[in-house]
Amino acid sequence: MMLFAIVALPLLAAGLCWSTREPRVAVAATLVSSLLVLALAVRVAFSVLADNAVVAIENAVAADALSALMLLLIAAVATTAAFFSWGYMQRMSHDPGRIWFYYLNLNLFIFSMLAIPVLVEPTLVWIFVELTTLCSAMLVGYENTRAALEAAWKYVTLSLMGAAIALLGFLVLFSAMRAAGGETYTWEGLVSAAPRMPPALIQTAFVLVLVGFGTKVGLVPLHTWLPDAHSQAPSPVCAILSGVETTVILYVILRMLPVLNAVPGLETQLWAVSFGLVSVGTAAFLLIQVRDYKRMFAYSTVEHMGIILMAAGLGSAAAHYGALYQVLTHTLAKSFCFYAAGAALLATGSREISAVRGLIRRSPAAGASLLLGGLAIAGAPPFAVFLSEFSIFRAGLAEERYAAVGLLVLFIAIGFFAVLWHVNRMVFGRASAAVQAFRLPASCSGVLVVAAALVVVSGLYLPEPLHDLLQRAAASMTR
Amino acid sequence: MQSETLAALNTLAGGLFLLCAFGIVATRQVKGCLQLFVAQSVLLAASAFLLGARFDSWHLIAVGVVNLIAKPVVIPWILRRTLHEEIYTRREIDQAVNIPTSLLAALALVILSYFLTLPLLEAVDPASRLGNVPIGFAGLFLGALTLAVRREAVPLLIGVLAMENGVFFAGIALSRELPFIVELAIASDGLILVFVVGVLTRAIHKHVGSTDVGALAALKEESGP
Repeated sequence: MMLFAIVALPLLAAGLCWSTREPRVAVAATLVSSLLVLALAVRVAFSVLADNAVVAIENAVAADALSALMLLLIAAVATTAAFFSWGYMQRMSHDPGRIWFYYLNLNLFIFSMLAIPVLVEPTLVWIFVELTTLCSAMLVGYENTRAALEAAWKYVTLSLMGAAIALLGFLVLFSAMRAAGGETYTWEGLVSAAPRMPPALIQTAFVLVLVGFGTKVGLVPLHTWLPDAHSQAPSPVCAILSGVETTVILYVILRMLPVLNAVPGLETQLWAVSFGLVSVGTAAFLLIQVRDYKRMFAYSTVEHMGIILMAAGLGSAAAHYGALYQVLTHTLAKSFCFYAAGAALLATGSREISAVRGLIRRSPAAGASLLLGGLAIAGAPPFAVFLSEFSIFRAGLAEERYAAVGLLVLFIAIGFFAVLWHVNRMVFGRASAAVQAFRLPASCSGVLVVAAALVVVSGLYLPEPLHDLLQRAAASMTR
Repeated sequence: MQSETLAALNTLAGGLFLLCAFGIVATRQVKGCLQLFVAQSVLLAASAFLLGARFDSWHLIAVGVVNLIAKPVVIPWILRRTLHEEIYTRREIDQAVNIPTSLLAALALVILSYFLTLPLLEAVDPASRLGNVPIGFAGLFLGALTLAVRREAVPLLIGVLAMENGVFFAGIALSRELPFIVELAIASDGLILVFVVGVLTRAIHKHVGSTDVGALAALKEESGP
């Protein structure tokens, strides 16, 4: 019941936006539904901790620890994004008559993401992955400028191309399951049938899904659309795209890993580790030469997706814990970064790094947030990203993967200096023109405070239930 | 009909399906491209009917019916509703890669897909050991090639749809027992896809003034304002 309510609420809000076309109703419906979804996601997480799984329909709709973690993250970012949109869209939208359309698509987008972790049938999951692309296309192109439409077009065509490849992967996976005599096509059913599956089929299926959904996650070399889409969309949408959408799609790839680990003699761990490292390395060098600060955070997403995939590929329980911890910390830090970038855009009107100087004097809230966000996402010590990256290093060293861990440390260090160099120039650099003070909309500053608090607190203290949830989810990936 | 006749007809449908995929890569006229896609979808449905008759599977026949309604009828209708007539009558003057080169690349991809699917065909159960699998993979690759070489919005959309046709062509052999509800949902997903891309194309036509999306290349690192 809870799972149905979680998926139905955003759909209901979308229906209200569509039927009234009134900006105030759209804002209110989005805020209320996202808060309710967040409350329900917390309840689902506690139910999962109490009795391991919430099942709504056997073999179709259910949630385990990993799903509950994803639901929590989606709901959290959807809520902050809804509040940030409230003030942000009022200031940024040139055409108030279209605001309902923004909220309609936002709610549909959130709906399509929430459905992914609660479905356990791979082809049904695929359908909703495709829907996330289709529902967010209009959000990316919302501003109707040449650049926004170009970004939306690249995003849609490349993601759909990837989705078609992944669909073939899921059909091959189905035939592999049938060849092994399996009956139920679910994540669970696949794991139990895996030891009898023909390796040729399962390997082909994995490569097709990795390449196909890897496109949508932003893994190198199919990442080219990502910085375009994640920089041209309105900032709250960027927070969702970068903070949770990429991770939700990565979650689908992670769901396949236990299946693959159960098949003897496959080199899938090597695939995951090398794909991950290539993404981290490429993104680290691209981070040095960015000119647009929203693109900078987008490249940092490519880097983090690579880190998570690599950690998941290391294979031990400790590495899986690190990977999921990284999912959590990246989501909190990256969504905060995009809210800070949105505030900087409101304050300065420019996306260029070179055009923004002395932000801390123009808007102390935006400047401080950008500095805090930059430090957090780059992985500076008191913040949670540092802790999660450190747990991945430790797991890698325990596995004696010295070369992989060495490269990872090197790339993360390059990325660290690149991000902080750009952020430092923007926040403290000498402003060329006289600086006038700027006030952010109240809802935007509110979201900045809440998101900053989450980022800071998560680095110092991880609540016991959340730690439990992470550990159970990691255990379900390891068996 | 006898099983051999059905098998021979299915092979014929597969050959023609592949021919349509080649045509989609190389046709300059937007309208011609759409007609080839319709023909390809009809052949996909035909193959589903033939396999359904051969294996006594009502499920495959239902999949054929869904494809026959959704792709040749509803998709062109949605495109006509969302797009301006002018976009249809366009001709691509320059493609990213010239036609002989792209046809050679297409040929190489077909050979590659036969080579790639050999180990798969040995592993699947004997009833799925059909020409549909390599032809479906080839359809997927040729659709991706279409995305790489075309510049107009509508042929690019048809490239995506041709990729899905390829997936289904292999799918009717590989995953015959996939729940019908899933197939239905995937088909309706395809309709939403055409609608969204159509609306996006209309927005590009309105705000940029052309549907030559290959010319949209401002977003990159080297050159910025």
